[in-house]
Amino acid sequence: MNRIDKKFSDLKKLKQKAFIAFITSGYPSLGATEKLVLELSRVGVDIIELGVPFSDPLADGPVIQDASFRALKKNVCLADILRLVKKVRQRTQVPICLMTYYNPIFCFGEERFALAARAAGVDGVIIPDLPLEEGRSFLSRARRHGLHTILFVSPTTSARRAKKLVSAAGGFIYYVSLTGVTGTRKNLPPGLLHDLRRIKAVSKKPICVGFGVSTSAQAGQILRVADGVIVGSAIVRKIKEYRHDPQMAGKVAAFVSRMKHV
Amino acid sequence: MLPDKKGHFGDLGGSFVPETLIFALEELNRNYAKFKQDKKFRRQLNDFLADYAGRPTPLYLAENLGKFLKIDKIYLKREDLLHTGAHKINNTLGQILLAIRMGKKRIIAETGAGQHGVATATVCARFGLECVIYMGEEDIARQSQNVFRMKLLGAKVIPVASGSKTLKDAMTEALRDWVTNVRNTYYIIGSVAGPHPYPMMVRDFQTVIGKETRQQVLKKEGRLPDYLVGCVGGGSNAMGLFYPFFRDRQVKMIGVEAAGEGISSGRHSATLVAGAPGVLHGSKSWVLEDKNGQIKIAHSIAAGLDYPGVGPEHAYFKKIGRAKYFAVNDREAIEGFKMLSELEGIIPALEPSHALAFLKKLSRMIRKNSIVVVCLSGRGDKDLGIVTQRLKI
Repeated sequence: MNRIDKKFSDLKKLKQKAFIAFITSGYPSLGATEKLVLELSRVGVDIIELGVPFSDPLADGPVIQDASFRALKKNVCLADILRLVKKVRQRTQVPICLMTYYNPIFCFGEERFALAARAAGVDGVIIPDLPLEEGRSFLSRARRHGLHTILFVSPTTSARRAKKLVSAAGGFIYYVSLTGVTGTRKNLPPGLLHDLRRIKAVSKKPICVGFGVSTSAQAGQILRVADGVIVGSAIVRKIKEYRHDPQMAGKVAAFVSRMKHV
Repeated sequence: MLPDKKGHFGDLGGSFVPETLIFALEELNRNYAKFKQDKKFRRQLNDFLADYAGRPTPLYLAENLGKFLKIDKIYLKREDLLHTGAHKINNTLGQILLAIRMGKKRIIAETGAGQHGVATATVCARFGLECVIYMGEEDIARQSQNVFRMKLLGAKVIPVASGSKTLKDAMTEALRDWVTNVRNTYYIIGSVAGPHPYPMMVRDFQTVIGKETRQQVLKKEGRLPDYLVGCVGGGSNAMGLFYPFFRDRQVKMIGVEAAGEGISSGRHSATLVAGAPGVLHGSKSWVLEDKNGQIKIAHSIAAGLDYPGVGPEHAYFKKIGRAKYFAVNDREAIEGFKMLSELEGIIPALEPSHALAFLKKLSRMIRKNSIVVVCLSGRGDKDLGIVTQRLKI
């Protein structure tokens, strides 16, 4: 059983919701990412999303753009990140998703990537610039190797299309809370909970909400309806703050833990 | 006819965009399909192209250039004479009329050399719409005159400091704006690049170049030309010239890319000559990338060619062999710039100077009595600073 599916089925039994943490691989270094994965898993993060840095991250706001840019300066690539996952897999069974733009996968080769990712212990892939229509071949290859392709539903997705996406998606649905790029926002967009109920009504798969979620209060509100929240920029910003601190991973994990448990 | 319904040219093209934009592209596609058939829309566009932009543009026989290069007949399609000084206005007029019909109040665009930015700011001023232009900081520095023009026209120019600080990053930033403001904003893409329907739509609006050329050359020569030559960054002027001749197998098409400081230097923009298949800015085409699929920084003396991607239909033309692509470096482009200025009294932009410079190579490859049409896509006023510096005039 895919670790993501097992996680959601366990959470359901415990009547709990998923807390998903995003970090940029290779920022501030691959070693730091490795420590972060282990620490985040230790404090009970349910799923970890590892961002694959890309030169033109068009769905990302300034915080993740900057982290990507710095990781790329150190030539962090997909193969490095797969090696990293393989290494942490010996010490943690936390579900891991890669979040990557499509070109690095296209360049690596879809089939070769699906195979290598699964072998390394990756459970799911999130590709912000690969909509379902262009992703049919990737989705079927990934499925064959037991790798989930997590699809997005956004506030501009029609009800008809949402149904189609829900049925094709693997693992869970990534609901984009707002029209925009990643990054922290003061307030949740109005109408979010209403939209979430609309999509919950057509989905048996878990719905997790990301983009613009940065406080535990926001997470709490969302979790009244959703099955999970995804926090990225707020965590990456903490990583930046502590990047020179030898205790960085522990401190970031403590921050995440506070956010998760309030 | 290509592209297919989903915007594919063979296995190229398509819509590689975040989910949030899917509905906007569908909305655009639907509206474009509807209005391109609409007689009133077409009449209005044609009127503006004629009376506002200055169409038709002349097809000029450059006799001195022909004698100098030993090519029987070189015709220049004078897009440089259009309002705003380049072919870009053909497309921005078409798209703004569409945006107005779609009820959009806010226009965004990316620009490299500033020609598309100026052409967008111009039509926004004419039709009273809010205009935001994304432009890389490096391009702002080297095309300051166009920045001033855009501001004068009432546009807000937003400097982009990420990545290479050029056209690629401006387009990435414009896409981020669109994802954020998608409900009220229309994105006018300036080239035959981006997600479907842009490559098709921009091509259609630019085919006025090729359609006029076809009629004009038939009238003057009683036959079709042997060669069509256009510079290719994203490739809108070249595609506009080529496309109406697609079925005329005897007409050879040549796209000229920017070799910058030389292909081997790695500092160039010759995507089709030296790149590989990849996905950038919403479509699958050819790109300049490293072995890990990271997009490389392009380089060209011509800001309008300084782009590490290319329109998917050009990649398709290359694949099926319908067009051939070559590259000309910065130094050769400057020679082309000087050559036309001195021989014909026409100062070309640095972008079509690449196409002109290629004629030297072409003259060694072609038969006697050949007719060559070059798309002179823009005028050189904007480049005088750069060229003066290079030539130390």
